[in-house]
Amino acid sequence: MFGDYSLGDLGSIFVMQGFAGLILFSVYVLMALGLAIIFGQMGVINMAHGEFMILGAYVTWMTSNLFQSYLPSLFSGYFFLAMILAFLASGALGMLVEWVLIRHLYKRPLDTLLATWGLSLMLQQAYRSVFGAREVGVELPQWMLGSLHVTDSIEVPINGVFVMGLTVLITLGVAYVMYKSRWGRQVRAVVQNRIMAGAVGINTEKVDRYTFGLGCGIAGVAGSAFTMIGSTGPTSGQLYIVDTFLVVVFGGAASLLGTIASAFSISQTQSTLEFFLSGSMAKVLTLLAVVGILMLRPQGLFALKVRK
Amino acid sequence: MINSRFFNRSELIGFIALAAVLFVILPLTLDVFRLNLVAKYLTYAFVAIGLVLCWGYGGILSLGQGVFFGLGGYCMAMFLKLEASSVENTKIQSTPGIPDFMDWNQITSLPLFWQPFHSLTFTILAIILVPGLFALIIGTAMFKRRVGGTYFAIITQAVAAILTILIIGQQGYTGGINGMTDLRTLKGWDIRPDHAKVILYFVEVVLLFACIGIAQFIRLTKLGRILVAMREQEDRVRFSGYSVANFKIFAFCMAAVFAAIGGAMFALNVGFMSPSFVGIVPSIEMVIYTAVGGRMSIFGAIWGAILVNFAKTSLSESFPQLWLFGLGALFIAVVLAFPNGLSGLWADYVQPRIDRLFASRKSKTDWKDNSVADGAPAE
Repeated sequence: MFGDYSLGDLGSIFVMQGFAGLILFSVYVLMALGLAIIFGQMGVINMAHGEFMILGAYVTWMTSNLFQSYLPSLFSGYFFLAMILAFLASGALGMLVEWVLIRHLYKRPLDTLLATWGLSLMLQQAYRSVFGAREVGVELPQWMLGSLHVTDSIEVPINGVFVMGLTVLITLGVAYVMYKSRWGRQVRAVVQNRIMAGAVGINTEKVDRYTFGLGCGIAGVAGSAFTMIGSTGPTSGQLYIVDTFLVVVFGGAASLLGTIASAFSISQTQSTLEFFLSGSMAKVLTLLAVVGILMLRPQGLFALKVRK
Repeated sequence: MINSRFFNRSELIGFIALAAVLFVILPLTLDVFRLNLVAKYLTYAFVAIGLVLCWGYGGILSLGQGVFFGLGGYCMAMFLKLEASSVENTKIQSTPGIPDFMDWNQITSLPLFWQPFHSLTFTILAIILVPGLFALIIGTAMFKRRVGGTYFAIITQAVAAILTILIIGQQGYTGGINGMTDLRTLKGWDIRPDHAKVILYFVEVVLLFACIGIAQFIRLTKLGRILVAMREQEDRVRFSGYSVANFKIFAFCMAAVFAAIGGAMFALNVGFMSPSFVGIVPSIEMVIYTAVGGRMSIFGAIWGAILVNFAKTSLSESFPQLWLFGLGALFIAVVLAFPNGLSGLWADYVQPRIDRLFASRKSKTDWKDNSVADGAPAE
């Protein structure tokens, strides 16, 4: 399969496909970060995670429309406000869902799966009723269009670079919150031993609610970033949910570093294979490899050593 | 077969009610079109029986039952498609004698793995063995390594995604997103006219009752009790010297085989098979039928499959928007408020009245005997 290309061409192909893989990687990381918090830390299977992401995407779309019609002068900066709004909207919805639904089901993880699947169906239908069944795309500000020419045969799109930069920032932020802040310490304490955490004075219910809200909020930001590189429809979230779960499980559920490593390896494998095979076969091979490795090593790439 | 040891009284009522409805009432009251729809719903009842064993009793939630449903369905459809693609029927193709979708995709000879599906015996064996072996491989790989619960659910879901993408991607070999359509005859017997639909319906109901019998037998033997024990306290069962993994593999394989039989009947009754019955969404819907009917009750799960599908057909015809809301709300309500589904509601509200009715007629000792013989594990 390499026969027709010269060595220089192959190099460029790998760089370009690698870059396409990096954009996919960014989407995976952003979605998986929220899920790693919700699934990895709390053990809740949130099948509606994709819909929280899409909510963020729709919020971004609405903000861009608002800026376009009322504040065209500030349009180039709308994205930053949209991201904050997306975080707040998805986070608030997440906290509401936790209060209404999830908190009754912490002891029945398989049932949360079914209930959140129901939730995802309802949200999809709600999006379809409110925003219409057709996919919507946001208009990018001028500075995000175009691409950077690195060499003659290699060029990278600016919006992709922006999304990647954003991913790095958000990942660092989440890592700081989870591992350095007082609140992150409380979250990890509740996860490791709920009863003892309660006994030392941590309000475990409140921690649960905010943790779930944070996970959903990050999903909203992921959706916001997603609008930079693709269009949004009511069922777009469902396309990514299985991949994202695999990313989290493959990385080792409770490990942030594992999530990033697994998102990187899955997205790079897929986008490199995509160039040489058809898109569907690339996906099949990647997923098969992940499932195969998981059967050999069920704890994932980076297992956290916790005494149970 | 039916005695007080095999079915307790409430199960006997359920059995007779289901038999009466499926064998007598529905065929007498419905026209052939509606009866064929019921036949389609009942194919999911096979899956539901498997899920009762595997999920309700064994505690193994599989989100990949669509895979086995699809494998069974595709095996059947491959046989029917080959018969429909005889040389006379496909004269206009550039290569006569191969299925039309292969011809459209520039394939000029029948692929090797299609060859054995000329034989009906092989097909019937394949319907049972292919999904069974596939489940055996997945189950062995997962359960021997003590992967269970949510991880197992997610991995089976990924398998469903992989198979769907594969079927859609390999259009020349599988018919792609359209699936295998235009299935006509079974060994020269036309499956499309009305009288054939009625016969196929009865064949399916008989098969369904055979599966009910097998499932009930598994439930009542020691095996069924070990499954329940495993679900409740896996470690204690392991410490008692049982191989937990083997029992889980068995339950998972049984569920796969039941689902495959359902899939094969689907291909026969509906006349086509497509990847839209294989993927993640149909697989989760199958779990929901079981949850709505009651994950602990074989009869409940069958009613769940029939009623949810009936609601789906009628609601999505008249209020397509409302349907998804309704389905979503149903999921949430079942999980939050009625974890045991319709059969739980029946056992809580209807059964005590029936019991009181019987108790007032019969002597007290008789009633006690019956409750001791109750084979269902306490829940």
